[in-house]
Amino acid sequence: MLAPYPQLMVAGYRRYASYRQATLAGLATNVVFGLLRAAVLAAVVTQRGTVAGYDLPASITYVWLGQGLITVVMLWGDQELARRVRTGDVVIDLGRPWDLQAAMLATDLGRAGHAVALRLLPPAAFGALLFPFRWPERPTTWVLFAASVGLAVVVSFGIRFLLNASAFWLLDVRGVIAVWGVVGGVLSGLVLPLAWFPAWAQAVLRWTPFPALFQSPIDVFTERGDAVGVLATQLVWAVLLLLAGRTVLARGAGRLVVQGG
Amino acid sequence: MAERIYFRIVGSRIRSQLAYPASFALDVVAQFFGQGIELVVILVVFTQVSTLGGFSAAEVVLIYGLAATAFGLADLSVGQVEELPTYIRTGEFDVMLLRPLGTLAQLLSADVALKRVGRVAAGLGVLGWSLATLDLEWTPARVVLAVTAPVVGAVVLAAMWVAANAVSFWLVDGREVANSVTYGSNFSTSYPITIYGPWLRRMMCYVVPGAFVAYFPALALLGRPDPLGLPEALQWSSPLVAAIAVTGARLVWRTGVRHYQGTGS
Repeated sequence: MLAPYPQLMVAGYRRYASYRQATLAGLATNVVFGLLRAAVLAAVVTQRGTVAGYDLPASITYVWLGQGLITVVMLWGDQELARRVRTGDVVIDLGRPWDLQAAMLATDLGRAGHAVALRLLPPAAFGALLFPFRWPERPTTWVLFAASVGLAVVVSFGIRFLLNASAFWLLDVRGVIAVWGVVGGVLSGLVLPLAWFPAWAQAVLRWTPFPALFQSPIDVFTERGDAVGVLATQLVWAVLLLLAGRTVLARGAGRLVVQGG
Repeated sequence: MAERIYFRIVGSRIRSQLAYPASFALDVVAQFFGQGIELVVILVVFTQVSTLGGFSAAEVVLIYGLAATAFGLADLSVGQVEELPTYIRTGEFDVMLLRPLGTLAQLLSADVALKRVGRVAAGLGVLGWSLATLDLEWTPARVVLAVTAPVVGAVVLAAMWVAANAVSFWLVDGREVANSVTYGSNFSTSYPITIYGPWLRRMMCYVVPGAFVAYFPALALLGRPDPLGLPEALQWSSPLVAAIAVTGARLVWRTGVRHYQGTGS
């Protein structure tokens, strides 16, 4: 018998593929915000020609890739594990003959696959067709970009897994998720390019996993800096976060008490 | 008579949220910073440029302060309207239709997220600071404008959201489409409309009247003409726009309710 993980990945893909209207509505939102954000960045960049290495096409590309990546990376809105901890359903998950973290990661990768096809490509194509766009100059960039997006999803999964796992201690993770919802977009380089931040903020962020979510894949696509170095950093964070997640899950499961009934 | 019922409903919702003070305080703080982070973004932008769309940092902060206060007030009073899809899906909306009270009023009072005062506080703080530090030429008309602008802006936003969320009567999951209007309006009203292209700008002046939430009142307060040459009368016409928007939203909502046929399961 096949391991369950590839099948979970397919299931993750299918789950999202069945909501076509929601996908369309989400796309519309991404595009509206893309237009607004592109206007702000364009207003900044056209005044000076280039700002911290971003000319007009680079900023436009930055905005539309970011808008496309929102759903792929899934910064907000994942509370599944926390809900299952609160309701006690997590006991069933832990009792199944699988590795819970690996199973959830497989499902999430399937979800991300659906998002790449239907939520990343259309806004990116919209931006590329209607605005000045910076295409990669080297063919290898496409491969590196794909790898970087994949790693961004794993890093994001790692962060979301840890946030959700705090439910083992807190039960109600709304506060934790709310704080992440506020700061996540800014710290990861979704809202503004991190290169525009003051030097001290950039120096601090370099030592966090947050840029790996948005800034890294976009940098790889627009060929800013050394792509291999960027990918290596993402990989290190992905591994560290997954290991941290395993430790936290083991500890949390150890203190899990489920009310009978 | 009906008003008394609404007051009692809203009062009970508020008391229920204050029952867990620590959790409530944390939520308020999160809302405060959620609104504040937008200001951080504006300030980061101004580390790179000295003007944006022809406006200085202090002037953009004034626009942001007006927009944020209006958004907070609107979110506090009609933010609940974004739950409409849930009420339709679960069939709870059918229950509302049976009660002898207005559907919209019932929906809005079904839950009052008092934590959103955090947003209002952030907006008021920025607005107050901005009005105090900008060297404005105060006239009686401007004083009245400064006090009423956030409320009028909130009415414009509230009307826009009600109309946008009414799409859920036609679409099964219209939440995301409506969200692009709700949260899009928070973002778009915080900047001078001069940064948007002509197409988006016309849209914000005449279709989704976001420009009247903060941009035009801010011009009137600053006493500067519109850089794009739009007539000065527009700067003082937000209350009129608010009245038109409310009428429009009522019409859309009523049509939606008439069209509504239930989810059928």
